[in-house]
Amino acid sequence: MGNMILLSGFMDKVREYIPLNWKWDLFWDSFPFVAKGLYITFGLTIACYVFALLFGFVWTFLRRIPNRPIAWIVTWTMEFIRSTPPLVQLYFLFYSLPLIPYIGISLSPFACAVLALGVHFSTYIGEVYRSGIESVDAGQWEASQALNLSTFQKWTKVILPQALPPTIPMLGNYLIIMFKEIPLASTIGVMGILHLANDYGAIHYRFLEPITVVALLFLALSYPSAILVRKLEEKMNRRYGEENLYLDNNE
Amino acid sequence: MRGMGITLTVLGGSIILGYLMAFIAGFCRLSNNTFIRKFTGFYVEIFRGTSLIVQLFWFSYALPMLFGIELGSDLVAGILAISLNYGAYMSEIVRGSILSVSNGQTEAGIALNLTPFQRMRYVIFPQALRMMLPEFGNYLIQMLKATSLISLIGMTDVLYYGNLLRSSNLAIESTVYLFILIFFFIIALPLIFLTRKLEEISKKGVET
Repeated sequence: MGNMILLSGFMDKVREYIPLNWKWDLFWDSFPFVAKGLYITFGLTIACYVFALLFGFVWTFLRRIPNRPIAWIVTWTMEFIRSTPPLVQLYFLFYSLPLIPYIGISLSPFACAVLALGVHFSTYIGEVYRSGIESVDAGQWEASQALNLSTFQKWTKVILPQALPPTIPMLGNYLIIMFKEIPLASTIGVMGILHLANDYGAIHYRFLEPITVVALLFLALSYPSAILVRKLEEKMNRRYGEENLYLDNNE
Repeated sequence: MRGMGITLTVLGGSIILGYLMAFIAGFCRLSNNTFIRKFTGFYVEIFRGTSLIVQLFWFSYALPMLFGIELGSDLVAGILAISLNYGAYMSEIVRGSILSVSNGQTEAGIALNLTPFQRMRYVIFPQALRMMLPEFGNYLIQMLKATSLISLIGMTDVLYYGNLLRSSNLAIESTVYLFILIFFFIIALPLIFLTRKLEEISKKGVET
């Protein structure tokens, strides 16, 4: 209840608002400073994404092991990674891992972020792959068996080429989601745009403009890509939804 | 683990406010009034387009400065940011599932001479709610994960005390984050089972 009252009070304030404190010169001054971090943010996004894409396969194939205890362990490990906050995982890798005896290694902030966010998102991407593989028609498996293909040939020539393209829009969505999680890495000292904005705020003792710059940059980058993914999705639906049906009818 | 109270408060607060926001924004986007529709669309795109962490910082640092108002406390800023963010995501689900209820149902409602409100309340919404349930369950877990971020804006949640312990007590330094991970997992477990239950409910008795 208290929240609602505060919210309505907030709306009243907004109605009579005049941006009292906005300073354009600081905005333009902080823009190049913050934008320098885009390289790192992009680099980190791509590194995490590639890692997650590759590691997703590991999860997918681990889940396919036809052994109940192993499947159980893998499922719950995935569930554990998925349902705990990536921020804590990041802290765990950065602060705790170097202290564990024997296996402890200390990683640079960048590598740490790639590992933590990459593993976190690979569990989601593994699920995407799985849904793609499961959507491949059973007849395709039987056909490849009938053609006496080896397991490797079966996967690389028959199953994966059919399973992966329909998942591309979903993977694109995860790229955008991941891009939005990347500023987490600034907490352990990766010089992304959020970190630079905080630095700028600390130097000039004004957080308003630099943080708004960060928000605008994120919006400017992720909104067009979201539209792109939506278009891609429509295209894929046309191609893989209806054409497949059509082919089936012809056969 | 003294921060548990704060973590759970923020979680509870943002769940309630987030669902509220989701339904309000979801219905507003379906409204016939162009202004309301465009305005909510704008809100949803802004909050979906920027990162939650940036929003949190914005709510706690930039907003009080820009409008010269205090949101009361970090607690309010945290709950507001998380619930507005996830409200925006979930409003898309509300909108999507209401739209996916077949047109024949609306027409049947008109044929039975129901008012638009009755049509929504008794015919469309119960069917749409079913489709929303599993996704809502997933977002519960997402929100739980998001609550860990509030330590970044200076709130004394579990993670904050974890950081404190780490810097004060070297002996448990390596295990403290593991404990926090397990703590979050224990909170998440009932949510995971709830999600599975919701999936079952939504599958039961409906085709497609």
